[in-house]
Amino acid sequence: MDNAINTSLRNLATARSPADLVMRLEDVSYSVGNRAILKGLSLSIPRGSVTGVMGPSGTGKTTLLRLMTGQINADSGRVIVAGEDLGLLSRSQLYTLRKRMGMLFQNGALLTDLSVYENVAYPLREHTDLPEALIARVVLTKLQAVGLRGAADLMPSELSGGMARRVALARAIVMDPEFLIYDEPFAGLDPIAMGMVMRLIRRLNDTLGLTSIIVSHDVAEMALLADYAYVLNAGAIAAQGTPVELAGDPTPAVRQFMAGLEEGPVAFHYPAPDYAQQLLGLVR
Amino acid sequence: MLIEWLSTAEEQTVRLSGAWCAESVGSLEKEVDALVIPSAVHVWLDASQVTNMDLTGAWFVRRFQARLDQCSTSYSWRGTPPPTVEFVQHSLERDIGSDGNGHRDGLRAREQLGRLTLNQVESLREALDFTGRIGAVLRRAAGSWRALRAASITRHVYEAGLLAIPIVALIAFLISVIVAYIGAQELKQFGGEVFVVDLVSVSVLRELGVLLTSIIVAGRSGSSYAAEIGVMQLNEEVDALRAMGVDPVEVLVLPRILGLVLALPLLTVIADAMGIAGGAVLSWLVLGIPFNQFAVRMQEALSPTTFWAGLIKAPIFAILIAAVGTYRGLQVRDSSRELGRLTTQAVVESIFLVLLADAIFAVVYWEIDF
Repeated sequence: MDNAINTSLRNLATARSPADLVMRLEDVSYSVGNRAILKGLSLSIPRGSVTGVMGPSGTGKTTLLRLMTGQINADSGRVIVAGEDLGLLSRSQLYTLRKRMGMLFQNGALLTDLSVYENVAYPLREHTDLPEALIARVVLTKLQAVGLRGAADLMPSELSGGMARRVALARAIVMDPEFLIYDEPFAGLDPIAMGMVMRLIRRLNDTLGLTSIIVSHDVAEMALLADYAYVLNAGAIAAQGTPVELAGDPTPAVRQFMAGLEEGPVAFHYPAPDYAQQLLGLVR
Repeated sequence: MLIEWLSTAEEQTVRLSGAWCAESVGSLEKEVDALVIPSAVHVWLDASQVTNMDLTGAWFVRRFQARLDQCSTSYSWRGTPPPTVEFVQHSLERDIGSDGNGHRDGLRAREQLGRLTLNQVESLREALDFTGRIGAVLRRAAGSWRALRAASITRHVYEAGLLAIPIVALIAFLISVIVAYIGAQELKQFGGEVFVVDLVSVSVLRELGVLLTSIIVAGRSGSSYAAEIGVMQLNEEVDALRAMGVDPVEVLVLPRILGLVLALPLLTVIADAMGIAGGAVLSWLVLGIPFNQFAVRMQEALSPTTFWAGLIKAPIFAILIAAVGTYRGLQVRDSSRELGRLTTQAVVESIFLVLLADAIFAVVYWEIDF
């Protein structure tokens, strides 16, 4: 049974038909100065799935996220979102495309001088001409979906970390996006808030027919939540598959990451000259 | 006995013995410092009797060697010195902290000059990019009332303009009193006290009013623009705006620029009025010129363009202050230290640019005889 699901998901992930894929990265490279951050990375995100992008810190997860939202352009390769090549879009076309994607930032990134209600209403006010009565109802339904209808009049500074994350989630879905990108949605949450956010992500994905992309390094949470996951290491895909497949992956880098081992290809020490020689002043 | 001076007819020997380690530090200190050293001889150091020497012991060996040097007594080791002494010696000889190499320093200076140049070129390019984006957004905003964001502009006119009235009025009044007072003292020597009126009215209307206002506003609002937007950067709020498909230049930069373009001329008019009032009050109190005579003399002193020559500059200065403040705010990345640095930079640069622009205005006015 599990295997059948895995196979079908794998087929879904490797499907090349544009209708099934919301996002596709083809052989994408990106570097800052001489340092290559992403090296020929390819991945595809099927419609309706919850896809995880995992990996140790400093392997280019944030860069990948910025590429997906078109904040930076790839040095080579293509980033195709909803059938559009991001590298070929003009600034205004990019802004139009961004209205179709929601993005949840690590700390929520609520506008601090607006109330919870105004924060959620903000994208509607910016992009639509809806009458106030309708805006109020849309905002209340979204706040109800994240369980914070009662907190509508609070200011962001009065919210706990988990609540802020949920308000940001309500704001991210207020325009009914086609897909939603989460940047470290579990970072710094207590277990209760973490469970709440996890259930919300899954529920929103299934009920709203979204496609969710979660960038995170929380292995346990991702194993429960993701349909399919990519493990990034040193700017390239080290492994991909369902969480069950990834847990059994024999590649040393993947094993080290999934099990949280200290020994492995990802070294504890940043590259440095020989310790004794440096102390003796023989090298610098 | 940890250290002994043995002297025979042929040679002098210092014998170290026992445990030279942290435990015996008390007796080591006493004995090393108490040993009497004859000057200008040669002495052999003999560590063969030492049972144990740690870094503390090695440090006392160095201390003893320093005493020998002070007495200009030369020394050499009989056999090999203890390894810990060698280690300390070795470590101190090689400084791992810095280069200490003149040639490399020269290279580094040139490298830094090159980097600095490239950075300057890059920052010039970024500033031009920012200017272009403001222009593009402005063109778009000109087409739609909504993109102008009247509510936001109103807020900035209130914060940068209305709230600044007391401080601008007070400072304009005081500065003009000072100018009038010094002018009165000097002009009295020539019996031309009445020209204080000319001095105050022309200088306040043409230069002081707008310049003072701009500098105060640069300190008040330029810094707050940079800090507000900078904190939004740090909170990822600006990224969130972009992710929502909202252009930060449109919602954060343009309303501030337009707000200040409205507010600064209004503040300048108030500063002009308060400056004239300050001059008038001082002329009456110190020189006994009544207000109506002051007014008559002022009308004679001013040409029809004097007031406008000052006021025209205000919107230009406003654009400079607001653009620099918001630009620096948007540059904040990653750390609160950046926030402080860029806020300071915003104020310093906007005051500099205001003065530079004022100098250019002065030359242009001179050329066209305005």
